[in-house]
Formats: sequence, C-alpha cells, structure tokens
Amino acid sequence: MATDHSIVSSREASSQPGSGAFPELEPVLRRQGHRPDGLIEVLNRAQELHGQLTPALLRHVAAALRLPLSRVQGTASFYHLFRFKPPAAHRCVVCTGTACHVKGADALLRALERELAPGGATEAAGAEAIELGTVRCVGTCGGAPLVVVDEQVWNHQTPASVLAGLRGLRR
Amino acid sequence: MSGILRVCTAAGCAGCGGSALREQLGAVIAAATTGDPASGLALKGVGCLGPCGEGALLELESASGRRLFGGITPEGVAAVAASLANLSPGTDLGTWAPPAARPIDLEQPFFRLQKRLVLEHCGRIDPESLAEALAAGSYGQLRRVLQENRPEAVIEQVRRSGLRGRGGGGYPTGLKWATVARMPGPEKVVVCNADEGDPGAFMDRSVLEGDPHRLLEGMAIAAWAVGASRGFIYVRAEYPMAIAHLRTAIAQAEDQGLLGAAIAGSAFGFQLELRVGAGAFVCGEETALIHSIEGQRGVPRPRPPYPAEVGVFGLPTLINNVETFASVPPLLAIGAEAYAAIGTTNSGGTKVFSLTGDVRLAGVLEVPMGTPIATIVETMGGGAPDGHAIKAVQTGGPSGGCVPANRLDTPVDYESLQELGSIMGSGGMVVMDDSTSMVDVACFFMAFCREESCGKCIPCRSGTVQLHLLLQKHLAGEADAADLAQLESLCHMVKDTSLCGLGQSAPKPVLSTLRHFRGDYLALLRPEPEATPEPVP
Repeated sequence: MATDHSIVSSREASSQPGSGAFPELEPVLRRQGHRPDGLIEVLNRAQELHGQLTPALLRHVAAALRLPLSRVQGTASFYHLFRFKPPAAHRCVVCTGTACHVKGADALLRALERELAPGGATEAAGAEAIELGTVRCVGTCGGAPLVVVDEQVWNHQTPASVLAGLRGLRR
Repeated sequence: MSGILRVCTAAGCAGCGGSALREQLGAVIAAATTGDPASGLALKGVGCLGPCGEGALLELESASGRRLFGGITPEGVAAVAASLANLSPGTDLGTWAPPAARPIDLEQPFFRLQKRLVLEHCGRIDPESLAEALAAGSYGQLRRVLQENRPEAVIEQVRRSGLRGRGGGGYPTGLKWATVARMPGPEKVVVCNADEGDPGAFMDRSVLEGDPHRLLEGMAIAAWAVGASRGFIYVRAEYPMAIAHLRTAIAQAEDQGLLGAAIAGSAFGFQLELRVGAGAFVCGEETALIHSIEGQRGVPRPRPPYPAEVGVFGLPTLINNVETFASVPPLLAIGAEAYAAIGTTNSGGTKVFSLTGDVRLAGVLEVPMGTPIATIVETMGGGAPDGHAIKAVQTGGPSGGCVPANRLDTPVDYESLQELGSIMGSGGMVVMDDSTSMVDVACFFMAFCREESCGKCIPCRSGTVQLHLLLQKHLAGEADAADLAQLESLCHMVKDTSLCGLGQSAPKPVLSTLRHFRGDYLALLRPEPEATPEPVP
C-alpha cells in the first residue's frame, strides 16, 4: 500500500491526558494474552475498528501490552498497511503488481491521479473525498489491470471505467 | 435428476460475479419444486476452478459428466439464474446452456496436462466445510502417521520423495525436517510462510482459499514429525478471504479434535495460531518473518544461526511455505517413490504455477516438475493473445529473472532455471509479449525492491535507490555507455554484499534482462556525441 507515515511526536502523544478506554480492544488483547508478541494482531484489529491508529490508540496498546510507546510506534510505522490519518469516504487502490503493470496499470494510475487531483475533472463534478492508493498485487491477476475500491475488486479496468464506477459510488 | 453446481467463490471470481451467482442460484434451487431440473441440485461455493482469467466460473456435474462455463459477468448473473429456473420439467441438465456464459472445453491442454496433487480438492470441495474435506480424505494421513507412531519414518518418506522447498529456495524438505527433529529441547515451533508477496504469484492464495484443511493437515504432520507443539501461519493481510477460510478451518479442526490437545485420540498436541501481516514484502524472508511473528519490525538478521536452531521465541523452528506443507498429505498417500517418480531426478513431485500476463488462458495450474516452460505458457496457456509473440516469461518475481522466448524449452526445475539466471521462485509466471520493454520490467522490479527494502543494510537500502535511478535514466534515453557499465557493476555489488535474500536477489531481474535482452538496453542509450563538425564556410 502507499506509504503514508506521519510519525506521532512524543510530545503530541503525551500531551493528551489519560490513555482513554478502548473496551472494544479487550477481546483481542485477551486472545493475545496481553503478550508483546501479539502487537501486530492487536494493531490490525485496532485499525480495523477505528480506520486508523491514533496517538491515543497507540498509547493504549502500549500500556496494555506493557511495551514502550516507542516500540509500538516503531513497529506500526514499519508496516505499509498501518495508517495514522483518518481514511477518506472512499478508497480506490490501483494494483501495481507485475501482471497489472504489464497490462497498463501505470497509465491507469496516472490518469486517476490527474482526474482525482484537486481541480481535476471529478472534483469539478462535485466529488467527495476519494483516496487514491496503490498495492503491489492482490493476487487475482486474472483480472488485470484491476483496482480495489472499498475492498471490492474491479477487474479489467480502464481510466474511463474506474471513473464511471467512482461516480456511481457517490450517488 | 441430480447433480452438483460448483461456483468459484475464490477472490478472483468472487469479484466478478461469483458471489452473486452463488446467491441467486441458491435461491433458484431453494424455490424449485419436485420435477424441476433444479430441484435435485446441490450447490457449492468452491475454491479456484483454474482458469481465473475466464471468471466468473460455474461448473455443472451431472449424469452426463462435468461441464465448465466461464465469462459470466455481474450483469449476466441474473440471466443464468433465470435460465436455470425456467428449464422445463424433465430437461436433462446435461444439455443446459446457460446464457451469457461460454462453455470452456475441459479436454483442452490447460486441464488435460495437469497433475493435481496439492490442488486435488481445490475447486471440488466447499472450503468452509470440514465434513466435505473429511469425505475427500483430509486428515487421513495425519491419523495414519499418528497411529503408526514412527515420526522418523515420516521424515524418511519426505526425504525419499525428493520434495524441496516450494517457496522457491528449493532446500530439501526432508533434510530440513530432520535438522529440526534433531534439535534438543522440549519445545519446538512449526511456521507456515503464507506471506505470498511476489507480485504476480497467487498459487498459495488458491490453496488457502480453496482447501485450507490440506495445509492444516500438512502442518500437523510436520509438527508431529519434528516434535513441535506450537505452530503459526503467517499470512499476508492482502488476502482477506484466505484469512477468513483459515480461521474457519482452524476452529473446525480444533472442534473435531484434529488440532489442539490430544489430536485424534493420541498423546500429540498442536496449538496452531494465525498471524496476519501488515504489508511488508521483506517478511517473506524467514528471519524477518520470525521477528514479525514475535510482534516486532520485520527486519532480517544474519544467518547462522538458522531458524532450525534459533527461531520463533528462540526455539528451534521449522519454516516451510504453503505449498510445501500442502504437498505432504498427497505425498504420503501415494508413497515417496511414486511421488519422486512424477518429477525429475533432482526435483520430485509437482509444482503449482500461477500463469498471468500476456497469455490467453490465465489461472492456476499444477504440473509435474520438469515440464517445459513452453508447454505451460504456449500449449496450456495458449500463448500471447492479439497476434503477438511471447518475448519472455518472468519467473520468481522480484527475486527472479526473465526466461527469453528462445529458451522456453527449459524444463521447470530448480537447477535449470538457475542456470538461466532466473529462479523457480514460488511459482508466479508472468508472460510478456513482444511489445514489452525489458528495461521497463527491470525498472518495475527495482522500484518494488526499493520500496520494500527494510533499510537495515546499506547495499540494499542505497543500492536499490541508485539502481532504480540508473534504470530510470535508461528509460528516459539519457544514459550512456558508462551508466550501463555502472548499472552492471552496482548490480553485482548489491547482490554480493546485501544482508538478506531481498537485497541479494534484487538485482536479478536487471542482470537476467541484461544477459538475455541487452539489445533493449543498448537501444535506449544516448547516441555518442559526434565529433565537432567542420565550420561551414
């Protein structure tokens, strides 16, 4: 996935008093026995529930697993799929794996970048936020070139078909 | 009239109508009354049926045999369902021709030339049903080896079968098992590397989605043979359906006493946990994978010590990939000698490939080791479409190389591909036609390695950046002969001095294209500046 790592500064993290309660994380914490080796499992679940890893979430996880915040932050920032910004209403991920590359993923991505950029055609048409990203292969290469929109795979796409589909989302 | 309808609901087909097809056909069958052709039908959602490029796929098995239909689109689903509902009573299902679907010949080479051992049940059974897996024979080999109670005999069988690591390394599996079995200490760990990160590779996904119990059985047999009581499956987060099916399968197996404590009434216990990755290609490297399982950054470390000595939590650890474990139950079922006889002298058994790119029939297939590449991409895959010719076949992903068209007679086995400067890899095979620029392909893989380098060692962290810049310079037509020479020497430096497999193999796509397609690079070089022209009088 496109890297999007804005590191939480320690001052920002510590300036918010109290770690906040995240009772919804209790089941996964219990399943992992509050052991440090369950960190990535816990972070995956936290992001699934909250869409992103906020400073408060990271502090909570650190405390629950008895790990330094730096360890939690350092691990989270290593992996591409963890994000530290809220997700947009819709997410369009262009696969840039080998098969998709051979079938023209580059042109597809460039066209979408142009269209979805501020001032692009879609914005002019009254777009709500669509986040554009990339992924290196989702493993369904029979459908190349493909995009993944809100977790749904759209096979055999062209810039026009993706844009038409994205417009359909907003209605 | 009875029969079975199988709808492919693997990730590839699910996205292009498979899920909707299963739902709507289910409704038709539920509403059918006695006498309707649909009334006696059983409907199954199954794993990969093979030709993924033709999805969505529907298979009908009736008294008159098996028939496969493809090309069903989300828009065509309703028409297929309506057509089944409207068949007049007494119609022979064998003659049913669903609209908006094209028949796929099951006698064509794509199917006929396969030898399905790992994929034996894939596309046949409902992957979410333990009962179907058991009926198909799953866990039979686990029960048998537990009863016979001779772990060393199992390891000996695996050794004699000639099975080698299917993740691409090709290390003899029996030898690896024997090494871990010999390690002292009461606690050992078995790990399945299901972090199938090579772009263009999706064989393991097909197994995980289509027959997860086969993997669990293979892992349990391995754990028992080497004396491990804990296991982990490390699966990439990009495979949500594989994760879901694995979770279901683990819970079912635990429930039936096929995992957990006292398996199948024996004294053997095996606790299996799923670990989901978070997007880092380097975690496919075994020492990085160990760190990731431990909840740390997925950074590799030098070997030795090898994981067999010091692995997860410092314990002796056996790491194999999905296909290797999934090969074990069929190997034990047919016997080591029969399994070894399928492949070549140095590489026993079968290999699953995912065929994609510029090829008519893309999908997942399993062939005997030693099958020529041409048989796979041309005879089975149908060659390049739209009147193009095949230029190269890429194997092994970012760690592999390109096999040129004039060497497609090369058999797929570990040594032959290595001689050509590529590797077997995990089984991704991307076909490239004559319109492909091989410099662009090399640049694509270098961009990938640059992004995925973990940054621990300098040759990989900085080398991939410099190599990528040099390749971009070539593509922009701004490189000269000195840049080409530097590209080549830097490749060797990165290859020779990087810490782990990622860096050591990152230059391979460049080196292999330089070797077989040097003309592509030379054609992009900036012309040498001409001698100063004579001043015009």
